[in-house]
Amino acid sequence: MYNKRFIIPGLVIFVLFVTFPLWFNAFSTASPVPKPELPPGGEKECVAPASEMRDRHMVLLNEWRDGVLRDGERDVITVGGKQYRKGLQMACMQCHTSKEKFCDTCHDYTSVKPFCWDCHLTPEEAALKKETH
Amino acid sequence: MKYAFSFLAVIALILIAWLGSQIPGMPYLFGIALPYLAMMIFLGGFVYRVVQWGKSPVPFSIQTTCGQGKSLDFIKHDRLEAPDTTAEVVARMFLEIVTFRSLFRNTKSELHDGPKITYESSKWLWLFAIIFHYSFLMVVIRHMRLFLDPVPFWIAWLEFGDGLFQVGAPTWYMTDIGLLAGCVLLFSRRLITRHVRFISLVNDYFPLVLIFAIAVTGILMRYFLRTEIDIVNIKQLAVGLVTFSPVIGTEIGAIFYIHLFLVCVLLAYFPFSKLMHFAGVFMSPTRNMKNNTRAVRHVNPWNPKIIPHSYGGYEDEFREFMVDSGIPVEKELPPKKDEEKDEE
Ligand code: HEC
Ligand code: HEC
Ligand code: HEC
Ligand code: HEM
Repeated sequence: MYNKRFIIPGLVIFVLFVTFPLWFNAFSTASPVPKPELPPGGEKECVAPASEMRDRHMVLLNEWRDGVLRDGERDVITVGGKQYRKGLQMACMQCHTSKEKFCDTCHDYTSVKPFCWDCHLTPEEAALKKETH
Repeated sequence: MKYAFSFLAVIALILIAWLGSQIPGMPYLFGIALPYLAMMIFLGGFVYRVVQWGKSPVPFSIQTTCGQGKSLDFIKHDRLEAPDTTAEVVARMFLEIVTFRSLFRNTKSELHDGPKITYESSKWLWLFAIIFHYSFLMVVIRHMRLFLDPVPFWIAWLEFGDGLFQVGAPTWYMTDIGLLAGCVLLFSRRLITRHVRFISLVNDYFPLVLIFAIAVTGILMRYFLRTEIDIVNIKQLAVGLVTFSPVIGTEIGAIFYIHLFLVCVLLAYFPFSKLMHFAGVFMSPTRNMKNNTRAVRHVNPWNPKIIPHSYGGYEDEFREFMVDSGIPVEKELPPKKDEEKDEE
């Protein structure tokens, strides 16, 4: 083979690059499988079946947001006999009372950073706001 | 017909994965066995091709010279277009690989009224190629969030930058549009430019259609067909694959298996296709050789080993015979001792 001193290091770098996930995971501690905390309030049902929520809660939130803000559908959602107002803080966070123990467990695992909380208040922040007023 | 065949082939692949993954037990084939197999073919084939290229001799110094080579001091040397030192070659290669500099030239001749012929650089190919390749790179790097655990912080930066427009949820990525647009534009170029169409083969169309289908299935999975697409579950499978302990937890939708199967086909096809230009761009003698033939002699490595034989050496070897047959020699034979005795 000609130009061994360039081609062999080049190939080694290439193979290391392609197999990067192997090395990376071998030398790092795996995070535990996310275990989102079930609603501490004792609610038994979500706004949709749990499996569907896992798959497409972001799509649902987007639909809700567009519905509420663009079409004025400020509806009332009834889950398990209780009524909630359609919204992120007004529905989801009423049952899932901790963003950190619920939403973030999955999101950290899959590197998802919803920007919603730039404006919307997490339950903790909302509680803090109430205290100061 | 050639492009129609590419579409048919990709549709057939989609059907195989779609129907196949519905058969009980088959998710293990499509989700675990085939990805490992494809990766092995990819790595093995890639290394094999590169070694094969490395074994091919370069008989001549065949760099493409696009500017004034190094000459006398008062003649301006074009360092990038006719590199003379290793550093200049590295600079040229770097710009070629990172900015596709040679596509920026892509001269096109046109006949106008007159008749008058004009030569102009057609930048479209460069633009389409840049959009396509950088989108592809970005998509592949972002996919690492499915394989790396914990996800390195800089991947989150890329995701943030890519989703800067914050459209919809999950947020749309610019590079998703870029990848689709890149495929469509490069494909259309092959159809619309007559002379490019003339030289296009199935193996020019097929990779574009295949990558287009990968992008479409990925986008469908992320934004539209989210049934049985639990990313937490998929990430467990992906991390399992790279830690050699794969598990398929809950059921995963067919769209995921279609996406993954097409990627496997791409990986396995890669080493035997024109996609090897990925390695080829590094190994092109037309780019990676120095333009210094006036200063350094390029020896063809396949030349037989011929030991130099000067006239002096030739005469030394055959002097006796030459003298015998009366051929003039530069150096006479040494006087013979017994001959001298005879004369006495
Ligand atoms: C720029 C600030 C901002 C960001 C970022 C933002 N929102 Fe909102 N959102 C608002 C405002 C303001 C309203 C209007 C509240 C109202 O009129 O009741 C709203 C309303 C909503 C509503 C309907 C009613 C309610 O009060 O909950 C939903 C659902 C919603 N947002 C979801 C989201 C989601 C999901 C995200 C992240 C993907 C997000 N929002 C990001 C500002 C923001
Ligand atoms: C009435 C209370 C309630 C409301 C309102 C509610 N949830 Fe839930 N949610 C639950 C319960 C209870 C579960 C667990 C269901 C189960 O395991 O069957 C759940 C499950 C989920 C899951 C799946 C978690 C897992 O580990 O499988 C997600 C994701 C989720 N909810 C998101 C949301 C979002 C987003 C909203 C707002 C649109 C929302 N929920 C509104 C009660 C609620
Ligand atoms: C079962 C795990 C899980 C739980 C619990 C969960 N999420 Fe998610 N969420 C995900 C995953 C995975 C994604 C990424 C989906 C993708 O990339 O296709 C996501 C994405 C999102 C997005 C879209 C992000 C983007 O890229 O724009 C929003 C918004 C969101 N989640 C809101 C919430 C909120 C609010 C909660 C808490 C009420 C929550 N999620 C709880 C798993 C979860
Ligand atoms: C050549 C390699 C690949 C290409 C070009 C590609 C392309 C894409 C594209 C364009 C998307 C749309 C969303 C995004 O950009 O993130 C996507 C999504 C996705 N791809 Fe791929 N993909 C590739 C390999 C893979 C592999 C090997 C897997 C196996 C785990 C995979 C799994 C997924 C999943 C799960 C999604 C949905 C992500 C989400 O919902 O956020 N892809 N792909």
